[in-house]
Amino acid sequence: MTPVTLGAACRTYLGVHLEATRIHGVYMSFSSFDNAHSTPDTATAAAGLGRRSFLGYVLAGSTLVVAADLTLARPARGAVPSGVQIPELYDLEDLQTDSAAPTSQLITVTINRDGTASFALPRSEVGQGILTSTTMILAEELDLPMNKVKVTLAPARPELLLNQLTGGSNSTFSTYTPIRVAGALARQKLLEAAAILFGTTADRLTTTGGVISDGLGNNATYGELASSAASQVVEAVEVVLRPPSDFTVIGKPKNRLDARDAVTGKKKFTTDLDVPGALPTMVCRAPEHQGTPKKLNNLARILKMDGVTHVAVVPTGVAVRARTFGQCIDAIREMDVEWNPGTVSGESDSTILAKLRGQELPMVVPNVPILAETVETNVAFAFRSSAALETYSAIADVRDDRATIWAGLKVPILAQQRVAEAVGLAQDQVKVNVITSGGSFGHKLFGDHAIEAATISKAMGKPVKLMWHRADEPRQGRLHPMATSRVRATVLNGQVLSFEQRHTSVTSDFSHGLGEMITSQADELDPLGLGGLSFAESIFTLTQELPYNFGVLTQLLNEPLEFEDKFSTGSMRNIYSPDVCTAAELTIDQIAKKVGKDPLEFRMEFLKSERVKTALRKVAKEGNWGRPMPKGTAQGIAIHKEYKGCTAVLVEIDCRPQTVNRDLGKETVTGPRVTKVVVAVDTGLVINPRGLEAQMQGGAMDGIAMTLTASCHLRDGRFLEASWDNYFYTRQWNVPKDIEVHIIKSDSDTPGGAGEAAVGSTAAAVACAYVRATGKMPAYFPINHGQISFKPKSFIPPVPPSPTNGLKLTR
Amino acid sequence: MPKQTFILNGKPVTVNVNDDVRVLWVLRDLLGVTGPKYGCGINVCKACTSHINGKAFNPCAVRVGDLKPKDRVTTIEGLNETVGKDLHPMQKAWLDQDVSQCGYCQPGQIMAAVALVKKVRREGREIRDSDLDQIRNICRCGTYFRIREAIEQGARNMR
Ligand code: FES
Ligand code: FES
Repeated sequence: MTPVTLGAACRTYLGVHLEATRIHGVYMSFSSFDNAHSTPDTATAAAGLGRRSFLGYVLAGSTLVVAADLTLARPARGAVPSGVQIPELYDLEDLQTDSAAPTSQLITVTINRDGTASFALPRSEVGQGILTSTTMILAEELDLPMNKVKVTLAPARPELLLNQLTGGSNSTFSTYTPIRVAGALARQKLLEAAAILFGTTADRLTTTGGVISDGLGNNATYGELASSAASQVVEAVEVVLRPPSDFTVIGKPKNRLDARDAVTGKKKFTTDLDVPGALPTMVCRAPEHQGTPKKLNNLARILKMDGVTHVAVVPTGVAVRARTFGQCIDAIREMDVEWNPGTVSGESDSTILAKLRGQELPMVVPNVPILAETVETNVAFAFRSSAALETYSAIADVRDDRATIWAGLKVPILAQQRVAEAVGLAQDQVKVNVITSGGSFGHKLFGDHAIEAATISKAMGKPVKLMWHRADEPRQGRLHPMATSRVRATVLNGQVLSFEQRHTSVTSDFSHGLGEMITSQADELDPLGLGGLSFAESIFTLTQELPYNFGVLTQLLNEPLEFEDKFSTGSMRNIYSPDVCTAAELTIDQIAKKVGKDPLEFRMEFLKSERVKTALRKVAKEGNWGRPMPKGTAQGIAIHKEYKGCTAVLVEIDCRPQTVNRDLGKETVTGPRVTKVVVAVDTGLVINPRGLEAQMQGGAMDGIAMTLTASCHLRDGRFLEASWDNYFYTRQWNVPKDIEVHIIKSDSDTPGGAGEAAVGSTAAAVACAYVRATGKMPAYFPINHGQISFKPKSFIPPVPPSPTNGLKLTR
Repeated sequence: MPKQTFILNGKPVTVNVNDDVRVLWVLRDLLGVTGPKYGCGINVCKACTSHINGKAFNPCAVRVGDLKPKDRVTTIEGLNETVGKDLHPMQKAWLDQDVSQCGYCQPGQIMAAVALVKKVRREGREIRDSDLDQIRNICRCGTYFRIREAIEQGARNMR
């Protein structure tokens, strides 16, 4: 992998999108470019084949094995017109898809003799439903019932390089075409085999439910044909994909395939696996963020504790292995450890915020007429924990000559590489098994848990089943970085002359592979003006798009180098977008107010994308925008465009005292309640509408939490949160009674990303509604960050005691 | 080491382990019953929710030594047997509403939902919005809305 290289003393990027023409009332619309680069026509034209026609491969084998190259997903691109923000043509999904292209290898589908098809997906299932949607795509092209299509998660395949990264909502987009090609090719080969068997031609045969018939009474199952359709040699074959109008599976709502296992308790997560000898293992961690152990003073005493088998001091803390996790917790609480300070010793939210403020890039105030009025927004966003409900966990069995890992990982190849480094083995001596995760949200992009487990296994000379305590997650786990966003807009005669946004953020850690993806593409990206940017700036530039006609429009990121490695950071169901979108949309509401326009009417007038307008119109209509609302309640509306798709969200919020002050017991943050959410989403071709709806609902819950309740507090180098009753992710008492998701029929032939799409627009709509209901503009998000609504748990010991009063609390 | 005996999913079990090990670890680490999930270990997240003698409880907050031999512990794995069916109506509702995303919280959600319906029925009433509002189980994937719909459906079919 290309090492991380850093340029100047601070990361800045000037991406000025001049559209001066608009100032004089001439509106240029670039919306026609929206999908221009990703249609199948342009994609296949590049390969010299006709529409929907692709090359696939039949591999040599005793049963039918077909393959397709992931480069098939590579979109062709046209020239870049000036005045268009980069994401309009080329966004993070393209980047991920393109980065995958030059190194990509084959993905294979096998037709088994029992009539099933199997496929190992080089992606990760973290709850987003990709196993279900991939099964649907294969079932479609194979003409096979979904229960005969077996999709599993592939272990780390080093040869795939970045083709095995699940992030940025890219998965379905980049695997859609190759998987279809493999499926269609398998069906074609089976038809040819049947034609020989029946003494006819393939075009006279039909496939239904895994059976081929000639209509004259001759039938053969895929299973019966699998061997005769197999090839002795590798051959390249041209295959035609079915037109979307023929789809019978894709686009129809389907329930998740793993749902039954999930509701019966059979679905296995990492800590549910039974790996011989891998006993429960936990780590006693430092009080300060990223602190390290100096020494354990009572080793002999800990080793004598009930159930304890091994203790080892490792770089991240003091590890203990025992018969049960409960005994690990008891041992951690007994440990007497001396600690080195952490990486932000003495720092608090307020000191970090002051440093960020000091690094905000100046606005380049455009030359606007003296009479122009100014609208300013200046908001801060607190640290947030990206923890999933399943805490970080990994099983590792490290031996002298090999290592085996089991973990939920979105970039298994990188984990494999880092594990190999950590335990002194060659990469090919490390086997990494990808296990379905109990949520990711950015959490599982990094291999922290796998590397730590391997390090401990090596130190103890035993297999270990490592699990983080809940308290470890907000204190030592990955955080969404604190940031400030300043926006200044100038307005004259109802026109917006300039809109400048300066986003200043604690450094985001991109060492999970996105960084490498971007550097490997640097040359090709140069025409787009990205050359010379850091990873963070590139990602910011590739993801941020404000689709409004706002004159001189600049959105710049600064991640001051002084924060490099200070915090354990990562993305959290998006990288920059929710914060950037919230600050921008809040400003847009203020501009609308200044020019005396309704927020909806104003957005419709200035939006330049027809897709976004359609989505906005939809939520306004379905959500009855502008209906009379009682005092203390309000509607809010916002849009977000990213990942080749867009969302519009309308919410209603209740900020009346009887709602805000609801008392549901201690450490229960009630506050303003979002009572209604209406989402309209256009994300291109939809594989599974039911899954997409679920993703929108979940994203909306994240958006509500980000704006109203969820944050981590840094005090003297330590994060205070240690429990779900400290870190206030949306709970049932915060959930709207009414959530509607409207899926907009798209002209696009390719699927876009969905996992993160509703987060930013919901966060922004809730913020706008809050301001409209209360008349107050918050300086900090989430709005409750100013008060600490819980009693912080102990830092030494770093984990709370296990309660004993459970039988008194039965219900 | 003391012998701990209780009834697990309809069958008596005996485990050799000290009294103060919490029931969650006895289930998961010693008996291999992994339906109840760990999400906090301090009776906050409710991912481990199971039933004791028909009521919801959180095994992360109960010492195994406090269980009596007659105590009936039911985990998600044994829920269907309490109604003598392949699936409990609440599990069926969960499937119909396609609630699960990552699925990690869902065993606890379902066990909490079944106990909640039974509790309000003991009080001689039906589920209200305010009851749903007070469910403390975390779902970090944000499936709350479908959970509410599933509980209403499951309750209708729990007669
Ligand atoms: S693990 Fe038992 S309530 Fe969280
Ligand atoms: S489904 Fe993932 S935590 Fe609830």
